[in-house]
Amino acid sequence: MKKLMLGNEAIARGLYEAGVRVVSSYPGTPSTEITEFAAKYDEIYCEWAPNEKVAAEVAFGASLRGVRSACAMKHVGLNVAADPLFTLSYTGVGGGMVIFVADDPAMHSSQNEQDSRHYAIAAKVPMLEPADSAEAKEFVKLAYELSERFDTPVIVRMCTRIAHSQCQVELENRQELKPLEYKKNPAKYIMAPANAIKRHPFVEERTARLREYGESADINRIERGSSDRIGIICAGTCYQYVKEALGDSVSVLKLGLVNPLPDRLIRKFAASVEKLYVIEELDGVIQGHVSSLGLECVGKEVFSPLGEYSQATIREAFGLSQPESLSADSEIPVRPPVMCAGCPHRGMFYILSKNKITVLGDIGCYTLGSAAPLSALDSTLCMGASVSGLHGFNKAGGSEAEGRSVCVIGDSTFMHSGITGLVNIAYNASNSTVIILDNSITGMTGHQQNPTTGYNIKGDPAAAVNLEELCRAVGIKRVRVVDPYNLKECEAAVLEELAVAEPSVIISRRPCVLLKYVKPKPSLAVDRDKCVGCRMCMRLGCPAISIDKEDKKAKIDSTQCVGCEVCEQLCRLGAIVKGEL
Amino acid sequence: MQTVNVMIVGVGGQGSILASKLLGTVLVDCGYQVKVSEVHGMSQRGGSVVTYVRFGDAVYSPVITKGEADYIVSFEKLEAARHAPCLKKGGRIISSSQRIDPMPVITGAAEYPDGVLEELRSKGVLVDELDALELARSAGSAKSVNIVLMGRLARYFDIPMEKWLAAIEKCVKPQFAEVNKKAFMLGCDG
Repeated sequence: MKKLMLGNEAIARGLYEAGVRVVSSYPGTPSTEITEFAAKYDEIYCEWAPNEKVAAEVAFGASLRGVRSACAMKHVGLNVAADPLFTLSYTGVGGGMVIFVADDPAMHSSQNEQDSRHYAIAAKVPMLEPADSAEAKEFVKLAYELSERFDTPVIVRMCTRIAHSQCQVELENRQELKPLEYKKNPAKYIMAPANAIKRHPFVEERTARLREYGESADINRIERGSSDRIGIICAGTCYQYVKEALGDSVSVLKLGLVNPLPDRLIRKFAASVEKLYVIEELDGVIQGHVSSLGLECVGKEVFSPLGEYSQATIREAFGLSQPESLSADSEIPVRPPVMCAGCPHRGMFYILSKNKITVLGDIGCYTLGSAAPLSALDSTLCMGASVSGLHGFNKAGGSEAEGRSVCVIGDSTFMHSGITGLVNIAYNASNSTVIILDNSITGMTGHQQNPTTGYNIKGDPAAAVNLEELCRAVGIKRVRVVDPYNLKECEAAVLEELAVAEPSVIISRRPCVLLKYVKPKPSLAVDRDKCVGCRMCMRLGCPAISIDKEDKKAKIDSTQCVGCEVCEQLCRLGAIVKGEL
Repeated sequence: MQTVNVMIVGVGGQGSILASKLLGTVLVDCGYQVKVSEVHGMSQRGGSVVTYVRFGDAVYSPVITKGEADYIVSFEKLEAARHAPCLKKGGRIISSSQRIDPMPVITGAAEYPDGVLEELRSKGVLVDELDALELARSAGSAKSVNIVLMGRLARYFDIPMEKWLAAIEKCVKPQFAEVNKKAFMLGCDG
């Protein structure tokens, strides 16, 4: 049977068919659905871990115990999981272990455009790169075979256009595997220097064997075109763009195993064509290798290291005509993403913006607080950096900084990487004020449970971290909870905590307005007799409030308003009222 | 056959994912090779969203670029205009007449180009505008705008009605099948 599947759903199907038993992940666009779909198979134990390092180590433990395991993450998640990865390369595996990493060229939903292939090279582990959903599923099964045959973790690299594109996938049955018998093996698994020194030669020799495997593996294939004038080396989504734009007019070396690269096959292909190109999104990783073989090739001289490619990129590079197109002469205003109407982060951001407080931000929906008119953020770096960064900012700036600066971090991000920063604040006596924006869910990635929500990935009740007690336990004496729908309460808390020369935590708590159990209240409305068009309510940046073109007074879109009443608190004239007028 | 390219565009949260699911399902049932590409994550929060649906005998790229789309189906007028450069010469825009102001318009930093669809029409673009929200409401649910728009797209496709209705049953929960079938018919005939 064939089914239309997202790349990520096909990966999950591959996990099922490969007999995988344990999957641990932290959500991150565009990788999240791998684990969400895997959780629908009762045969696979799935979980959300607090971060990618934990997830990779859970997968390691499962592999050690002799079952096939996986973890999935976005590209920047692999930075967090890099520590276990580099030494897992030395220990190798028991049951097969595969790490799925999803790159995000063009940064549809990411803070950078890093290329995960560098990790495969640096950690000396094999990396597979599928070009569509059908191949993604096949590559999952192959990845487990390679993992066990070569005693190595394997990375499968996805990108947004593979992870979030659908094509038909043939469904097959699950291969049921018995867990391997557990045997203690200190020489392989205790990576103290005496043992690790002996494993390093194994790693080097394994890379050589994998390179040899790649020379004749089916997944590295040459497709002869009608002419030998041009030869193109490519992998993943670039293969699709090349075929779309150039069809069979060129010869293609399509790589499925992108690390290690097959030297002899590349030389053979290069010798068979007049001009050699390497087409790869982001960095010139394959090009660098091809050049190191002493072969001439064209790559990053023509193809940008920035963003995504398409068939149009390929046409342009080869001087082919582009289809005609036209556009409207009117200026088309941009439509950036915004915080939703009723978003519980808005009230707190308004107070921070109003008081001109320096705000070190973090990764999540609340990054949108940086947009006008709130313009509330001063920095966004990586998961957890707001908390540790604030401490550094305050130590450098002294009391002047301490009284004017806070950080904001979501509940899930705090669990991921914020706790250690808070421990540092308590331990090193930092007069810092940390605001945890607790909306009771992992929001930006599409509502995943986390250790604070009280539910697990299956939606079953689970132990919930008590944030107040956690903060107190690490040594923060001043911990308070506010409702971000109550502006006065928020403002009092922020100003009081900033005034105190002590570490403090403010938990700004209200569930995400998009959660199913959060029932919207009736829409508010503007009393047109009272409104004078002062635009105070516009300072909130709420998408439900706008200014009427005719009378220049505020109006509220009743289809968007959820009745949070934050704007009502701002209107000094009492012009924003409950119910229809 | 030549690959047919359909773009479904709108504002995050309007239901483009279900529209592409329905279209993908019916096309697979008709035996085509199909690719559907969407973007999740940040763009869902009220931003501009695009889904690409491509079908034919052999489809490689998952995306549609400038001058390639046979159809642009839009939930919102401004979004139709934004993506008009992707339209093929002789291609057709199907757009709901809904207007949703983006934040720069709300804050007064930019103007909403009200007559933009007429402008495109005057340049020779085929524009099929319909009040999909009103049709969805009369079918019984404002949320079925996506299905109304697919109904209108169906006018231009040579796919039997039974196949579309069967695909709707596959794509929505049983309790919503009737309202969505009604929405589809209203989009097609209305």
